[in-house]
Amino acid sequence: MSTTEILFWFLSALALAGATMVLISKNPIHSILWLIVVFFAISGHYVLLNAQFLAIVNIIVYAGAIMVLFLFVVMLMNLNSDTEPQKNNWLKIAGAISGGSLMLIMVDVVRSAAELQNKTAMVKEGNIGLIKNLGKVLFTDYIVPFEIASVLFLSAMVGAVVIGKKESGEPANM
Amino acid sequence: MVLLQIDFGIIIEKLVLIAAIITGSLVIAMYATYGERKVAAVLQDRRGPNRAGPMGILQPLADGLKLFMKEEIIPNTSNKFLFIMGPSLAMLTAMMTSAVIPWGNEIHINMLGIDRHVSLQIADINIGVLFIFGVVSMGVYGIMIGGWASNNKFSLMAAMRGASQVISYELAMGISLIALLMLTGTLSMKTIVEQQMAGNWNIFYQPLGFLIFLICAFAECNRAPFDLPEAENELNFGYHQEYSSMKLGFYLFAEYINMFISSVIMATLFFGGYDVPFIDESTLSVNVAALIGIISLLIKTVIFIFIFMWVRWTLPRFRYDQLMNLGWKNLIPLALFNMFVTGAVILWRQG
Repeated sequence: MSTTEILFWFLSALALAGATMVLISKNPIHSILWLIVVFFAISGHYVLLNAQFLAIVNIIVYAGAIMVLFLFVVMLMNLNSDTEPQKNNWLKIAGAISGGSLMLIMVDVVRSAAELQNKTAMVKEGNIGLIKNLGKVLFTDYIVPFEIASVLFLSAMVGAVVIGKKESGEPANM
Repeated sequence: MVLLQIDFGIIIEKLVLIAAIITGSLVIAMYATYGERKVAAVLQDRRGPNRAGPMGILQPLADGLKLFMKEEIIPNTSNKFLFIMGPSLAMLTAMMTSAVIPWGNEIHINMLGIDRHVSLQIADINIGVLFIFGVVSMGVYGIMIGGWASNNKFSLMAAMRGASQVISYELAMGISLIALLMLTGTLSMKTIVEQQMAGNWNIFYQPLGFLIFLICAFAECNRAPFDLPEAENELNFGYHQEYSSMKLGFYLFAEYINMFISSVIMATLFFGGYDVPFIDESTLSVNVAALIGIISLLIKTVIFIFIFMWVRWTLPRFRYDQLMNLGWKNLIPLALFNMFVTGAVILWRQG
């Protein structure tokens, strides 16, 4: 086995174990911390694919910003295993079956997709994930989706400001 | 049979480099605590620590010994694992940033039959600046986890303050750096330094960007005048209120390491890194150039650390809403303005 293969299997095992722990930990804070571990493992996979820019952006945006917001909310709501509502066992089984079927369909779609047949991932080579190529592609081939996504972000930002804006009667401090 | 094709030379080389850099940052951070107290003493017309050793030079060792000897208290109601993980994460993220900083160009080792050129940078990755942002955004977890795991509402509030402060100022910091990156056209720290060695230092092109970066660095390190997370008279002691012994020491120490590392980053990005002004390094031998390069970087860093301390003992603390107003309503628009002006000038020069 080469070092790349060892790293690949290690990262895959870490990602799967982390994802399982997200589901089965009782404490929501622990779930969030395990989710951060999963994001790190996925970033490791990006690095193996030589997509360093995607790897670091994944860490900055998901692990660094979104997960911090999750932590904020969970910490301030003070959830813990005692206050969590006990779910019905039948509900859990039904959820497992429907979720499993969805996963089967996804796996089948990916496996039978014509574009993915007989393709292997380019490990350690390939340069599509490097920042130079990514920037060129985003601003030439995919300029329209890129701009539409930025309009979406702008509207989300404006929405957040409108919701967060204080009523005129409220006191001005935090 | 060879199972793994690994060049052991490079592993040893990097391990030695990592050990040297970590030891170096720890020692410098240690003496930064001493320096802080001496600077405070000078500014307040006192003498400062002067009992342990000549001029009090052994004071950091005495402080460290005191912290190690204190009783380790873990509160009963705290989450034990996360309570220990908080300070560890704070320390880890503080140290990790040093991986992408070029401490010098390279040294040439030619003895005992070994002939190698050793680069004085742990990893020259092509996303160096983004790596620093990634690690900085991880630094929030040390504060938040520590504050939450203490199971104390003052710690939790201080942790929330600290985290929201770091997140808010990260934005302005990022935007002020975008202008710099538009000029350099690269994210690699080493290339940025090499460009400055060939031309002028970036401070001459980006004075406003540097000012914004400096203010944000104060806020990111939770230093006065932005030390709201540890405001003693409002939140007792801040997010590390329940901590004692060396776990408290880790939090306090991580702050000094952060201060050292952000000084190095400022020196590297805006003040030429290991470049010595008015000297052409290519005329010197490799090892001599590396040596004076490292010394030059350290001198610039010490000057920045001094500015950090100077500001701390000169300015009073902001109120929390003033802090947020400064970040969101002044620094971010200013950084955006800087970015647009830089972009316009670059386009205009290209014709």
